[in-house]
Amino acid sequence: MTDPLTWPGIFAQLGLQLWPVWIAIVLLFAVSISFKRHLGLYGKLFDSTIGMFGFTLVMFWVFTALFADLIVTHDPLAQFSGMRNAGPGSALRDPAGGYPHFLLGGDALARDVFSRMVMGAREVLRIAPFAAMISFMIGISLGLPAGYIGGKLDTGLTFVANLVLAFPVILLFFLLVAPEIQNTAIPRVMAGFLFLMPVLFFTVLLNARFFTQPMKRNLYVGAVVIVGLWAYSGLAFNADPFGVWGMSPNLLNVFVAVVFVNAPTVFRIVRGITMDIKTRDYVAAAQTRGEGPWYIMMWEILPNARGPLIVDFCLRIGYTTILLGTLGFFGLGVAPESPDWGSTINQGRRLLTVYPHAALAPALALMSLVLGLNLLADGLREESLKD
Amino acid sequence: MLLFLARRIGVMLFTALCLTFVVFYLTNLPAKLETLAKTQAGSRISDAEVASWLDRNGYNQPMLTRYGEWLGVVPGWTREEADGGMTGRCYRLADISEPGAAPDRCGLLQGYWGNSTRFRADVADVITARLGATGILMLWVLIVMVPMALLVGVLAGMREGSRTDRSLSTFAIASTATPEYVSGVVFIALLASSAVGISPLLVSWGVIEGPVLFQGNARSALEKITFWNFFLPVMTIALYGMGYVARITRASMTEVMTQQYIRTARLKGVSFPNIVLRHALRNALIAPFTVIMLQIPWLLNGVVIVEVLFSYPGFGWVLFEAAANNDIELLLAASVVAVVVVLLTQLISDIGYVYLNPRIRIS
Repeated sequence: MTDPLTWPGIFAQLGLQLWPVWIAIVLLFAVSISFKRHLGLYGKLFDSTIGMFGFTLVMFWVFTALFADLIVTHDPLAQFSGMRNAGPGSALRDPAGGYPHFLLGGDALARDVFSRMVMGAREVLRIAPFAAMISFMIGISLGLPAGYIGGKLDTGLTFVANLVLAFPVILLFFLLVAPEIQNTAIPRVMAGFLFLMPVLFFTVLLNARFFTQPMKRNLYVGAVVIVGLWAYSGLAFNADPFGVWGMSPNLLNVFVAVVFVNAPTVFRIVRGITMDIKTRDYVAAAQTRGEGPWYIMMWEILPNARGPLIVDFCLRIGYTTILLGTLGFFGLGVAPESPDWGSTINQGRRLLTVYPHAALAPALALMSLVLGLNLLADGLREESLKD
Repeated sequence: MLLFLARRIGVMLFTALCLTFVVFYLTNLPAKLETLAKTQAGSRISDAEVASWLDRNGYNQPMLTRYGEWLGVVPGWTREEADGGMTGRCYRLADISEPGAAPDRCGLLQGYWGNSTRFRADVADVITARLGATGILMLWVLIVMVPMALLVGVLAGMREGSRTDRSLSTFAIASTATPEYVSGVVFIALLASSAVGISPLLVSWGVIEGPVLFQGNARSALEKITFWNFFLPVMTIALYGMGYVARITRASMTEVMTQQYIRTARLKGVSFPNIVLRHALRNALIAPFTVIMLQIPWLLNGVVIVEVLFSYPGFGWVLFEAAANNDIELLLAASVVAVVVVLLTQLISDIGYVYLNPRIRIS
């Protein structure tokens, strides 16, 4: 049996264990900084200290999630004898050729906190960016016409958005994410509606641009429709004939709830920006040219709204991460063994005053990821305002 | 103004009606009713027993009828018992069995909120008692949060780009990145743990008597609020809400500081503190006011998390318990309260905005 590690030792071992992440970050920064004048807004990010710091934090967790299999020291689900609530740096009783220590200690079920934290990054980053993306496509597809066309359509959509926003998020989660709901048609129906939006979005986007060149249009729109509907059938109805796309009922339930909460806010932002931009001269010029409403919305207004939308997208990934953590904290919609950060905090809080390490590690991880995203958004906002 | 108010209240009522129906629908799904029957009549009862339990308790009518019963626009269900007495929704709520003694309709409109199956008590009593506890918590949160957020925002915004601005803005961003379940866990580990953090140090130095500096459990605050048992829950909620308000204040303050009248004041030689306090502050606080009002329903999330984490039995804790036990009528009442809070704060923020900003007039 080896000796337990002290804090300097723990940090040294953590640094060693995370080697793929350091290499990837150094490579990424070397390439990005040397080409930063050719990379547009992304390159400008490297002029702002705050933005760069945020970007480093975000990429740290992205690479951790990517290389999680190389980084983990133990199986995140395995239990080891004698390691229940073990302190950080404790040595395993019988490593059996594996890693000899629990770097950040063991949890109440004698599992390795460090490995669970690393795997938790993968759980979170698998859902949060995609949920934010789908929310954005829904918000954009509905917000553009609401702001541009206005009238009854706007009144109706705004009322529905306000209805969802008037719901306290937590109440909606309690009601919507439950084992009983998973067995009903509700998540499927909602997914059927929500996941259809991205397909419609891309179809309309490409059709509006290329409808004057039928050959190109047929090719692009056809490809989008085929791939889109293929993914759609798998993700929303679990009916993918090839079994490539799919989501467990658990995951689908969480995903739908998170998208449902986020989309109305995006809708309101897009609607506001659209109402502002539609009074500009270039929109009037396009109208005089005889462009269709969808072309103006998708190819005149949307590209000019990208600045605030990119910033809000970063913030929204962070907010989605917080929402996922909230779900995990209340034990909603996650598999019982899942290493995601919210449910690890939830399990750790029972013994919080005696063995805080099991809850602290995922809590600080979640905080640093969200902080990174918020700082990144702030840096992007500052740099995009400089134009 | 009156017409505006009337229209707003009309929309509010319609929104509340829609939302309560959604809550009613989601809590009354067949699967959820089955769970309810099992928690009430025993977890091992057969499907037939579940069906008969639901039938005996009036749950097998159409959803819309029962929603109407709950609202009080449809007569409550009744049934004659074998012993000649009557039972039914209104009979049970009034706890009588004589035929004809109970009112016809008994719902929200008649002032009946129903019975809580989790606490076995009148929903109105449960909610009012718990709301009081949460009200005190929210009061302290606002007392801590609002001055702190305004101070940070004004200090950061009065000289844009300065060192103070950079560090305070970063602090505000960090606070918006720390959800309640993270800051709560960190606070407890740091300040309220007998094993780690600063409490064991203070004990060994003989600075404090008890094992911990702050209490990690706020249940004792129900009897007597002290700094030591209430500080952590209040700070946990206030910290997360503060950053956003501070950032809005900063944005609003920087905008005001570039206005012509500020330059005029400077040129005529008014001192900088006077400019900030007399000229800028009044106009800079319009936007934060609306945001603070809109922040209140948003704090509800934090209230639920904090009350569960610190086991403080307030409204959020009741909401959690009601949801965990599918206590339909309690959940409905809680959502009515939550929705009313959301809509009322929206209304107040609109009216306040008009009142504070004379440039906006509602026709």
